[in-house]
Amino acid sequence: MPASFTPTAIDYLRFLPEILMIVAGTLIMVMQPLLGDNKRTAFSSVTLVGFIAALVAAVAANDYPGLSFSNMLIVDGFATFFRVLVIGVGIFTVLSSSEYLRREHAASAEYYALLLFSVAGQCVMATANELIMIFIGLEISSIATYILAGYLRDDKRNNEAALKYFLLGSFATAFLLYGIAWIYGTTGSTNLADIRSFLMTGGGARNLTLAGTAAALMFVGFAFKVSAAPFQIWAPDVYQGAPAPVTLFMSAGPKAAAFAVFMRVFIVAFGPITNRWEPFVWSSALLTMVIGNFAALAQTNIKRLLAYSSIAHAGYVMVAIAAHNQVGVAAAMFYLAAYAFMNIGAFAVITHFSRQGEKYVNVDDLAGLGWKQPATAALFSIFLLSLIGVPLTGGFFGKFYIFKAALDANLVWLSILGLLNSAVAAYYYLRIIVVMYMHEPGVSTLTLEPLSPGIRTTLWAAALGTLILGIFPSLLLNFATNSSALVK
Amino acid sequence: MPTSVPISWYLILSAILFGLGVAGFIYRRNIITVFMSIELMLNAVNLTFITFSYTLKKVDGHIFSFFVMVVAAAEAAVGLAIILTVFKNRETLMIDDISSMKY
Repeated sequence: MPASFTPTAIDYLRFLPEILMIVAGTLIMVMQPLLGDNKRTAFSSVTLVGFIAALVAAVAANDYPGLSFSNMLIVDGFATFFRVLVIGVGIFTVLSSSEYLRREHAASAEYYALLLFSVAGQCVMATANELIMIFIGLEISSIATYILAGYLRDDKRNNEAALKYFLLGSFATAFLLYGIAWIYGTTGSTNLADIRSFLMTGGGARNLTLAGTAAALMFVGFAFKVSAAPFQIWAPDVYQGAPAPVTLFMSAGPKAAAFAVFMRVFIVAFGPITNRWEPFVWSSALLTMVIGNFAALAQTNIKRLLAYSSIAHAGYVMVAIAAHNQVGVAAAMFYLAAYAFMNIGAFAVITHFSRQGEKYVNVDDLAGLGWKQPATAALFSIFLLSLIGVPLTGGFFGKFYIFKAALDANLVWLSILGLLNSAVAAYYYLRIIVVMYMHEPGVSTLTLEPLSPGIRTTLWAAALGTLILGIFPSLLLNFATNSSALVK
Repeated sequence: MPTSVPISWYLILSAILFGLGVAGFIYRRNIITVFMSIELMLNAVNLTFITFSYTLKKVDGHIFSFFVMVVAAAEAAVGLAIILTVFKNRETLMIDDISSMKY
């Protein structure tokens, strides 16, 4: 590290998206006491402007790839992909939250500020090239999300969700940190590239064993964050208890960012000791798919059902990581993007349908939605079919590329078991469609109001995204493939 | 240098502290104690960082432990606020009573 360190203009340009989001978040917190809580539109517009500016900056920064701030950050295609993904998730969250916040009479300024901070943390995670930055980014994102999970602080379920998320999230962070401490002690560095070169040149069997142990500790931390088995226990309670738009956000944004650092750390830094970590990623992937899919079969609460489904989908991405090849990274990137679209869509429907106090969150409440609001039900069906992995939707190609990568890496059994799992999953998704179209509408459906503009935009955009990824997958896959070479 | 405490002792101590933190997190029933167990784990991590920083004669470990402390403070602020709202709504701090969403 140089003795005198002055960031250059290009350093700031590469870091601009994060700066813009932090500035927008701080601006909202200053505006709130001046304008009062009633200027909801002002807060949401500032948030949207902040996100869109950050999105533009992230795309612009891609033209200046390279290392920044003394190798702390790296801007490459992989980083840009995940930055755009998490900022996109942020935009959809804003669009689907405004109606919810108004309905629950909740203050909106802090909500949007926390959302901006959380996404800024996820962008730091996506660009981090150093274990310190990974830790800081993860915590910026997590702490803001802990508060969002318990945003309606008089609601018992919100409290419970926030408490569980907070306790288990901090517990996981401690494991991650202990792993970082040991990898620092073993290799003498926290830079991912330096760790890699140390492990490449060996350093003796003892050091490799220590590095393997540290990798296992860090795996525990990351597995908690992405809700992979056996560390998935928090997810159903948190997803069920948190406000619906926050669940929408949590299941797409923080998860994608956690997978981004997971891949970068394990493929770049721990690439030389793949044989040590592949077995436990393999078994965790299988366990995650099985637990997620089979537990979802028995659920009646739709938020809890989708929480288990989100666990199962984390398992599919873990299959791609277990393949630890370039195809696998590209497949995981594609899948996370497709998953974000379909999951955002599904949770946006739930946000709309649940009404004040989240009264209607059971699968049976959706009865007859297909007759009352045909467009909403049709869009919801698209998302559910994509979650199953039906052709012409993004979910199909996502699964296809993941299992192709797994077969390339000779993970034949994992692919077969994964495909059998997707067949099981079809049952509980189709059950929702059956309820929507074949059951008589009840009071929950008949009292449904028309879609709010924000949620309507989210639904149509997410459906469009799902279908485009399903019909022209190469649009995204080419970019993912070109930027999947994490090791230069 | 006079005879000093061997480095490995520090590492063993920090491993024991970390283990105690994990055990406390799993077996304790009061939310505040569970939260303190997490803090114990973070302090064990700090001790490990400082020890390695000292052996490697590199300053990175010290810096990292400062970051850990700052983040732990931020987490404590948020965590205690969450625990406070839970207590206001339920008037209990026992973790087994907070299970309204068990399927």
